Formats: sequence, C-alpha cells, structure tokens
Amino acid sequence: MRVLFKTSYTQDLELFRDGVQRNWYAALLVGLLIVPLLVPSYLVDISLVFIYGLCGLSLMVLAGYTGLVSLGHAAFLGIGAYAHVYFVHDWGLPWVVSVALACVVTAAAGVLVGLPALRMTGVYLSIATLAFALIIQEILTRWERVTGGLKGKPVDKPVIFGVNLGGDVAFYFLSLAFLIGGLWFTGNLLRAPTGRAWVAIRDSEIAAQSMGVNLAVYKTIAFAYSAALMGIAGALFAHKIGFLAPETFSVLLSIQFLLMVVVGGLGSLHGAFYGAVFVALLPVAISQARDSMPAWIGAVAGLFGKDAGGATFLAVDRFVKKPGLEPGLFGLILVLFVLFEPLGIHGRSRKLQLYFSTFPLYKRATFRRQKTYMRSERLR
Amino acid sequence: MTLNGLAVGCIYGLVALGFVLIYKATELVNFAQGDLLMLGAFTCYMFVVWYGVGYWPAFALAIALVGIFGAALDAMVLRRVIGQPQFAVVMLTIGLGAIFRSFASIAWGSEIYTLPTPFSAKATRIAGVTVSHEYVSIIVGTVLLCVLLYAFFAYTRTGVAMQAASQNQLAAYYMGIPVKLMFSLVWAISAGVAAIAGVLLAPVSLIDINLGFIGLKAFAAAVLGGFGSIPGALVGGIVIGLIELFSGAYLPQGFKDVAAYVVLLIVLAVRPQGIFGALARKKV
Repeated sequence: MRVLFKTSYTQDLELFRDGVQRNWYAALLVGLLIVPLLVPSYLVDISLVFIYGLCGLSLMVLAGYTGLVSLGHAAFLGIGAYAHVYFVHDWGLPWVVSVALACVVTAAAGVLVGLPALRMTGVYLSIATLAFALIIQEILTRWERVTGGLKGKPVDKPVIFGVNLGGDVAFYFLSLAFLIGGLWFTGNLLRAPTGRAWVAIRDSEIAAQSMGVNLAVYKTIAFAYSAALMGIAGALFAHKIGFLAPETFSVLLSIQFLLMVVVGGLGSLHGAFYGAVFVALLPVAISQARDSMPAWIGAVAGLFGKDAGGATFLAVDRFVKKPGLEPGLFGLILVLFVLFEPLGIHGRSRKLQLYFSTFPLYKRATFRRQKTYMRSERLR
Repeated sequence: MTLNGLAVGCIYGLVALGFVLIYKATELVNFAQGDLLMLGAFTCYMFVVWYGVGYWPAFALAIALVGIFGAALDAMVLRRVIGQPQFAVVMLTIGLGAIFRSFASIAWGSEIYTLPTPFSAKATRIAGVTVSHEYVSIIVGTVLLCVLLYAFFAYTRTGVAMQAASQNQLAAYYMGIPVKLMFSLVWAISAGVAAIAGVLLAPVSLIDINLGFIGLKAFAAAVLGGFGSIPGALVGGIVIGLIELFSGAYLPQGFKDVAAYVVLLIVLAVRPQGIFGALARKKV
C-alpha cells in the first residue's frame, strides 16, 4: 500500500493526489479523444453519457455534497432546454450567449426553489422539489407561446461562431468539453471554502451553523450552482434529442437522475460519472438483451428436449417484450443498491482497490457501517 | 358538487393516513403508498371480473392480501433501512413503487379497467340535488374506517402497544412490546388502508397502472395536516380535494392539476409544520 507523505502545503492544493493519479487521468483523456476513431457508430450514445454526466454532477453537488435531496431535477433540465431553444430559435441570439442566459435562468429558478427550501429539511424538501417539478411540467405544457405546448418544439443543430457542430463527432467533443469543464470547476469548488461549507451542512447543520457557516447563503448557492449546471446540460440535451416535448421532463427522469447518483455512489464526483454511464447505457443493454435472451434461454432449454426449447423461447420472448418491464428493472436495481451497496459503484471500486493494495491483510470491517437505531429526527 | 370534492378529498385523506401511520411508527416516508393503492384496486378487480367473486368478498380479499403484502415488505425489505439516512428510505420506496407498477403492468396489462360495484351508476335525489352512490360510498367508508381505527388505537391492547412503540422504540421494547412485530402490523394496517382507498376510488376513477400517482397529491394532504398527525391527514385530504374541485371550476384550465402542489409549496414555505403539527428543534 502506497502512503503519500506530504511535505509542503502546495502539495495539499494540487488537483490530483500524485503523479500516478494525474497520469491515469491523462490516459483516460487520451482514450476519450480517440474513441471517435474506434467506435464511430456508438458516438451518439456516448455523448448522452456525457450529458447525463453533467446532470449527475449537478445532482451530486446538491444531494451528495450538500445533503439536499431533490426529486425534481428534471424540471431544471427542462427549464434549461426550453430557455436555450427559445433564446436561440425565437430571439436569434448567438449560441454561447444563449447557453449563458439559459444558465442564468435556471440558476434563478434554483434560487426560487432554494429560498423556501431553507425552512425545510430532509424529506419535506424532496416533496417540495417534487411538487415544483410537477408544476413546471404543467407550465411547460400550458405556456404555448414560448414552449410550443404539447405540439413540442423542434431544435436546430448547434452553430457556434458560424461553425456547425451538429455532426456526431463534433457534438461528441462539444459534450466532452462541457463535461470536463464542469468537472474541473466543480472539483475546484468542492475543495474551496464553499464546498467545505456544503459538506459541513450535509454532515450536521447545527455543527456547521455553530462553526459560522451561514446556512441560508450556502444552501442557496448550492441550489443555484446545481441548477446552473443542469441548465447547461439542458441546452446540450435539447440538441441531443432534437425535439422538445413537456413529457420528456417527467418525474421519471428526475428519478433516473437520483438513480444515477445513488448507483454511482453518493458524495463522489467519480460516482456521478459511473452513474451516468450506468443509466445511459442500461437501456441499450436491456434492448440488446431483449433481442438475444429468448433465443439464448431457449437454446439452453432445448438441451432438455425439442419441445421444451421452443416453448421456453416463446414464453421468455413474450415476457421480455411486455411493456413496462424497464422501469421495474430500474426500480429493482435501485432497491438492491440501497440495501446491499449504499456506497454505490464508487464505494465498490474503492473496496476493490484497497483489497489489492493491502492484499493479504484486507479487512471487511474497514467499510462496515455503524447502525444507529436511536438516530431519530424527532427526539425532543 | 361539493360532495364530489369531499369524496375525492376522503381518498386523499386515506392515502395520507397511510403515510402518517408509517411515518409516526417508523419514521420512514413511504413513497410507494400510492402504488399500494393501485395494487389494492387491481387485486379487487381481478377477483371480481376474472374469478367472478362477489364484490364484498373480493373487497375483503384485496384488503387482506395487500395488508399481508405490506407486512411482508416491512419484514423483508424495509426493516433493514431503519436508522439509515432518510435519503436511503426515499430511494428505496421509490424503487419499490417502480417495481409494483411494472409488476402490475406485466400481471394485469396496461389497459384501463372499470370495476363494477353495487353502487355503480345509481343516484338518489336529496332535496333537489342528485347524489351518486359512488361518492356516498367513499365518504361512508372513510368515516367507518376512521371510527374503527380510532377505536383500535384507543381501546385495544395492541393499538396502545403500537402507540407506545411509535413514541419511543427503546422504552417500548423494555416494556416487553414486540416492536418489530408492531412495525410490521403498522405496515399491514397502512397497506390495508391503501387497498381500501383503492377499491373505494375504483368506481369513480378508472383502474390503470398510473393510479398510484394519486399518492403525490396525498403528500400535499399529509403535509398540510402536519406530517405526524392522523386527524390532520384526513382534514388535509378533504381540504386538498375541495381546493382542487373549486380551482377546476373557477380558475383557468390547467390549475386543477397543479392546485394541490401549489398549496403544498405554499404550506411548506409558510408553515412547514402543517396545520396541526408542532415544530421542534433537534437537540444536540
């Protein structure tokens, strides 16, 4: 096991822990740059992963670092997407200005939600954001002059400084650039006093308050920053899907975002990205499995006799083609993660790393959680 | 017309009652309550239409089955997360709700059904006002259920033990109350109440897998009444039902669907403890 011995304060301020870590990230970046050459046909799916990564980042700041669980983040995505398209399409503003304005609008919406949220804690906040998201969805449906209502709104290809970035490869790099920018900015913000205040609020509001953290200010900043990130993601998302309709930004999408941060691992930027990969690629994997699984299981059953094979094929085929299986699968994954791996994929990967670096001496108890039965929110 | 609002409000109140019962006892907020309601309605429909059981036996069977299901859910899944952060519970119950919806769409299909009942399409004229029996059945059912629950919690040994367990788990445990069993029982009651609400609602609304979204409006009712108060939940439900009805009648289109959520946000911003709740600052 490698123990880092810090000899100066500047070492503490580095973005990466040591040279090894920096080189790994550089290798990852190079890998991402040459991906378009390797798998040109999957670029559209991968750029969705990057956009979801931004969404995950946004929710991670709010839920994972500040401890404010929002059940309505799809609303911010919707506001960002509609605002961006409205500015670009209806007002004819340049792309960059429009994204910046969309960012400001969503941040304002975030403050709007954040202000009443200052008085709420825990589950009340989740319910309030859920209500907010439902109201926003209704507004998106009814405010036809701006949003096009139920008819929807077509989205043009992104044109930045006269360059059309609508192609698959160009859009891939655009999303990648925004994701890296967002990660870099958020990573730095989290190491700064703001981020530390957020973590303090998450761990104990009262302790943070007595250390001089102004709860109202920092919670509002968290909401505004998270919403602004969501606004940028919304602008990219609008170009990705190419057509806006109010029902896209439903409660189910918000729940998918939450799934992202929980599955990825709460309280880590890595987790946001793992979760994004998981949520964006799971539907692809499911549809692949849907096509191949009946034949596969049928072949296995076919070993026990010809009729059994055919019958099993038909039964499995009919089962996996039923509508509504997918959200249930998402729900099942969510339940299993909450029950068996609350630290998410990131936690699992940390355990694996520790296992190998301390090879024969790994102890399970290192990550054992304490059970606190008396932890009550209404102990008077 | 007021009667219709009252009846819908009663349904919200019943679902909210389920939230409150579980929250008071175990401090878990059950986001899957609305989906339990949907399961109840579907179970009753299945017995009545597919198997030809009479309405009343099917009603009882639906309550029993969903109640047992609720208790099993507590014993196998939710007991593991007691004491963990609220967030974990919220995620868990949302996931469970998604599983229930998916199960219902696989088992019963995603079509829309109507449940035939003894009250369907009958109406009486009282003092010049036409009153349909479906709405009356909801109100009468709610009142009966409330009386029954009140009597249970106030006068039976188990009910009092349940109250004790919800006030202080540890003290109740020292007094020899089987706290785990009590929690399972609370879940069973809460799921049963949801099933009753589902079956009562079925003739008025239609049965489909999205029936569970009524749970979101019931949240508004529960919050309005203060999340830990049983009479508050019922009053909150009725208030929400009436507000929804009148905003549908007198305000522009679109307000009816969001009225409950607007009220919810206003209540949370102005008086987070609800009408009947008491706010307490956590001690450290």
